[in-house]
Amino acid sequence: MMSAFNQHLGVMKTALRRMFTSPLAGFLNILVIGIALSLPAGMYVLLQNTQNLVAQLSGSPQISLFLTMETTADDIAQLRNQLALHKGIHDIEFISRTAALEQLGKNSGLDDVIAGLEDNPLPDAYVVSPTATDAKSLEELRNELQQLPGVELAQLDSAWAYKLEALLEFARIAVLVLASLLSLGLIAITFNTIRLQILTQRDEIQIARLIGATDAFIRRPFMYFGALQGLFGGITAWLIIALSLQLLRLPMATLSQLYSSTFTLQALSLSDSLSLLLFSVYLGWLGAWLSVARHLSQIEPR
Amino acid sequence: MIAFNQVSKRYPGGYEALKHVSFELAKGEMAFLSGHSGAGKSTLLKLIAAIERPTSGSVLVNNQNVSVLKKGALPYLRRNLGLIFQDHKLLFDRTVFDNVLLPLQICGFDHRESGKRVRAALDKVGLLNREKSNPIALSGGEQQRLCIARAIVNRPSILLADEPTGNLDAEYAQEIMAIFNSFHQVGVTLLISTHDADMLRNSHVRVIALKHGEIQHPASHPEPVIPTGAGQT
Repeated sequence: MMSAFNQHLGVMKTALRRMFTSPLAGFLNILVIGIALSLPAGMYVLLQNTQNLVAQLSGSPQISLFLTMETTADDIAQLRNQLALHKGIHDIEFISRTAALEQLGKNSGLDDVIAGLEDNPLPDAYVVSPTATDAKSLEELRNELQQLPGVELAQLDSAWAYKLEALLEFARIAVLVLASLLSLGLIAITFNTIRLQILTQRDEIQIARLIGATDAFIRRPFMYFGALQGLFGGITAWLIIALSLQLLRLPMATLSQLYSSTFTLQALSLSDSLSLLLFSVYLGWLGAWLSVARHLSQIEPR
Repeated sequence: MIAFNQVSKRYPGGYEALKHVSFELAKGEMAFLSGHSGAGKSTLLKLIAAIERPTSGSVLVNNQNVSVLKKGALPYLRRNLGLIFQDHKLLFDRTVFDNVLLPLQICGFDHRESGKRVRAALDKVGLLNREKSNPIALSGGEQQRLCIARAIVNRPSILLADEPTGNLDAEYAQEIMAIFNSFHQVGVTLLISTHDADMLRNSHVRVIALKHGEIQHPASHPEPVIPTGAGQT
């Protein structure tokens, strides 16, 4: 048991030594892998952050019902009953036209202008909080409320947030495509590195075969090489992302302060970091495996 | 130990290296394989280690038909054979010690045990004081002895040597032969190919003579009685 462990440790050391026999080439390979991985992973982090931001800004969705100018107090009361009975609505707030005008005056500082108006141009309004939160049912609810008598216009307040979310879905797919393509590239890089190694170690492989090495024994250092190279590439990618986020943090803090928001950039979570490393190890291993399967059988002792 | 039964080997392209070769080598026996270059000596040795497969006939090693062995079983056959090559096939990216260590690493030997074995093997061929050198710094004779050390380090029961003295001075060749004799005395089965006429004349070892891929009869020495036949198990 101990002997098997030592053997694997020895193989790992051999793989490391081979990786850095020409240090520059070794580091460059790792850097290429790191950059290739950091692109999709970094975009994923930004997406995740944008999503948090959107969730924070949009808050709970509301629908504003602007009533027609001709509505009477009876109509308003009747509408209230109707809304209160609706299953899709959990809260209603009435904003009278006079209250709305006062509010407008206060918020905009246009008191003088408003005082000069002959009529109040604002309608009465209900602000409705729906129970549903997904874009589709909200839109359905809005359409339904639009049909109610006395309602001039039903407006979904956070419509922009839902549009943005749809856009983010699009971006998510783009990241996925990019990640798949770069993963293929990574496999190709490892495949080629291992191919070159196998070629330079042709003699050793032949001799090892002659003195009774199994395929597994010959394969092992190459597999370790691929997996280790993937691991170092993954660590590099992680560092690139962490560093970039650190650079973005300060301008982001200033920006969110300007919008009086408490938003902060989230770094890669522990589980995301582990997934990144495991995935890069796996890709390296896979590239090595493909290369070994393809090239090792061509080297037979003569 | 080793038995050839009507073995022929035709290489792609039609060249017939061996024609209906039959012989047996008993356990613990030592024999020379003689003949000019191109007579089929190397091919015959390669068939024993299953580096080549016969076109027809069967090659038995330890009563196992190696000509039909699966690829996955070859490593375990070869661990039981010590192979010595004319071109040594040493690795120049590591020390003398590590070259001899390789077969033990392949078999998964314990680290401390293998260190002892490597030194014992180097001692046997007189290279113990060179263990830290690179093989490139060794003379031809020393490289050949290193190759022998590597072949014997996991104590195989059969040693196959292809022209082990081919490129060496007579003096070095004597040394190598002395080493082989010492293995013979401890019961190792040896088959040594050579075209060195002096070596054949000066020893009293059985000679299997090949000419144009065929065994020449009568051999220069009477065939010894073979205790275990290939057919028996």
